[in-house]
Amino acid sequence: MNGVIQSSKMKIAMLALAVLLLAVCMALSVVFGYTNTSWKSAVAAFTDFNGSNQHLIIRNARLPRALIGAAVGISLALAGVLLQAVTRNPIASTDIFGLNAGAGFFIVMAVSFFHISSLQQFTWIAFLGAAVSALTVYILGSSGRGGLTPVKMTLAGAVIAAMFASLTQGMLVANQKALEEVLFWLAGSIQGRKLEFLYPVLPYLLIAWAGSMLMFRQLNTFLLGEDVARSLGQRTLLFKILAGLLIVLLAGGSVAVAGPISFIGIVVPHFARYLIGNDHRWVIPFSAIFGGILLIVADIGARYIVLPEEVPVGVMTALIGTPFFIHIARKGSFK
Amino acid sequence: MSKYITARSKRYSYLIEKKAMLTILILLLVTLAIMSVSIGIGELYITPLEVIQSLTGMGNGINDVVIQEFRLPRILIAVIAGASLSLAGAILQGVIRNPLASPDMLGITSGAGFAAVTFITVFSNQSNNLTVSIGYLPVAAVTGAFIMGTVVYLLAWKRGISPVRLILIGVGLMAAAQALTTLMIVLGPIYAAPQATIWLTGSVYATNWKDVYSLLPWFLVLAPLLFTLTRKLNVQELGDDVAASLGHSVNKNRFILLLISTALAGSAVAFTGAIGFVGLIGPHIARRLVGSSFGALLPVSGFLGAIIVLLADLAGRTLFSPLEVPAGVFTAAIGAPYFIYLLSKNHG
Repeated sequence: MNGVIQSSKMKIAMLALAVLLLAVCMALSVVFGYTNTSWKSAVAAFTDFNGSNQHLIIRNARLPRALIGAAVGISLALAGVLLQAVTRNPIASTDIFGLNAGAGFFIVMAVSFFHISSLQQFTWIAFLGAAVSALTVYILGSSGRGGLTPVKMTLAGAVIAAMFASLTQGMLVANQKALEEVLFWLAGSIQGRKLEFLYPVLPYLLIAWAGSMLMFRQLNTFLLGEDVARSLGQRTLLFKILAGLLIVLLAGGSVAVAGPISFIGIVVPHFARYLIGNDHRWVIPFSAIFGGILLIVADIGARYIVLPEEVPVGVMTALIGTPFFIHIARKGSFK
Repeated sequence: MSKYITARSKRYSYLIEKKAMLTILILLLVTLAIMSVSIGIGELYITPLEVIQSLTGMGNGINDVVIQEFRLPRILIAVIAGASLSLAGAILQGVIRNPLASPDMLGITSGAGFAAVTFITVFSNQSNNLTVSIGYLPVAAVTGAFIMGTVVYLLAWKRGISPVRLILIGVGLMAAAQALTTLMIVLGPIYAAPQATIWLTGSVYATNWKDVYSLLPWFLVLAPLLFTLTRKLNVQELGDDVAASLGHSVNKNRFILLLISTALAGSAVAFTGAIGFVGLIGPHIARRLVGSSFGALLPVSGFLGAIIVLLADLAGRTLFSPLEVPAGVFTAAIGAPYFIYLLSKNHG
């Protein structure tokens, strides 16, 4: 499939534009919010810090929020790209496949039963949860007659997601005290997250970003079909394991920081492919930047939609993403 | 002697195998047995004999209060809601002709859930009491279920209905409805949050007689109505073409049946929350027991749904005592693997 933009020069220009747009969105995210702050005071908060309330909000709340939003958006979008390529399923994404719900369940379980509160441990538990649900869905989706089909995998994922969500809620009911702390987190939110939440996860995310970029050739080959890829000399099993690992790092890391945020991973890769075609050399960087932009824009919207309350950004992305999902589900020819 | 028992008039036909009657009788007894055990078990243990004594007006004071004020309404709601959800699932599986169809997977219960949470949030006052009669709650939930069902159906329509597309669209809209429900809870008053969470997972916790009296009429109208339509259901399952050639107005019948299904699911969700997967498992086991003719399938599904929710509630109250785990957790933990089993068996 060719995209709207075909020449390489245009693509580079577009990518540069997208990076610029991401930077602008992050700046907007720092300046706009419930507490009125001006561009001037936003700059002054870093160059000429005076300890005022405005400056504190900008440095301690808004900036971390923008950075975390960008990191999580990039990660979720890349996880979506990888998952859609590996499963050759246009409606694959970490939330539909239950990875986010699995990571969320493991974290809530760790908090309720083992009283774990260290961020480092959180990260590992989220990875574990994402890995367990990914493996479950993959194994269940490929068992039975007909092997691995996109539809089967999607339905298996949706049900695993529903199961983990239900188990999580059951645990919260049993542990009322934890409920209020995690309710907002469970809906997917980047509000009130300090940079300390991001630090333990960031190295893994960076590795996964770099890994995704380096895999573009293998992804392109794999898209030709597993048999073709194998006859071209690709070690498909190794490829799938590596891609799976990256997906787990991306999804688990995102959930550990921001809770399960849905639909970024499904919408963004489609938009990127529409724009620049199927070549993963471009799909990966474009999706990454668009993912960051989408999450930050959704987060800014989440601050304003029902002033003075804040809406969890996961709610916003779900509402933005559902029409896309339905469009994609209708487009596919399901028998 | 005929294998079947029939009741026929010009417009109405009900056919049931005699063998199935025995199954139904056994299930009825099992349901009653679980009910009386379940009424007895709890913080205060009451023997089944004492339960029967109390129910027939020969019990002692404390037992009477515990049983009649607390446990009986809860058990009755579990039975009615379980039967409603299971019947709703049986209809959907017949009309859509796909074993994976259920009120949960089509987003119908999430739609009902969103409507009910909105209703509770809008009409609650500071002290957490409803400002309008609870009798309107099922109306809101049924409306939500119906709107959701209609939207899913319309969006899945593309030169006809494909069951898989229907479920995929259902899954997508389910996510949207859940997001909106989360929004209502987060924006709503904080004191309502724990209650809403219990409710969303699906639980018969703290139901009272008012709830029973609000839910019962729905069931008493819808279930008998459904039984008069068994012939239409049987014909629907043969496929649109066959049904049309037999002189049935396929679309009208489908619409009526879906309406009953959403109303059953919606009214149950209004009082118990989304106890998941009951509408999937109940009809399936029923099919195994008595085959796919709806004359027997419907009552058997109903009883099995009631039994599933009763057992889930019993497990939730006793396994982790003194903690109470919502019944929906157990039905999801069993139902999700079962769904995937069906998926790998049926889907090529």
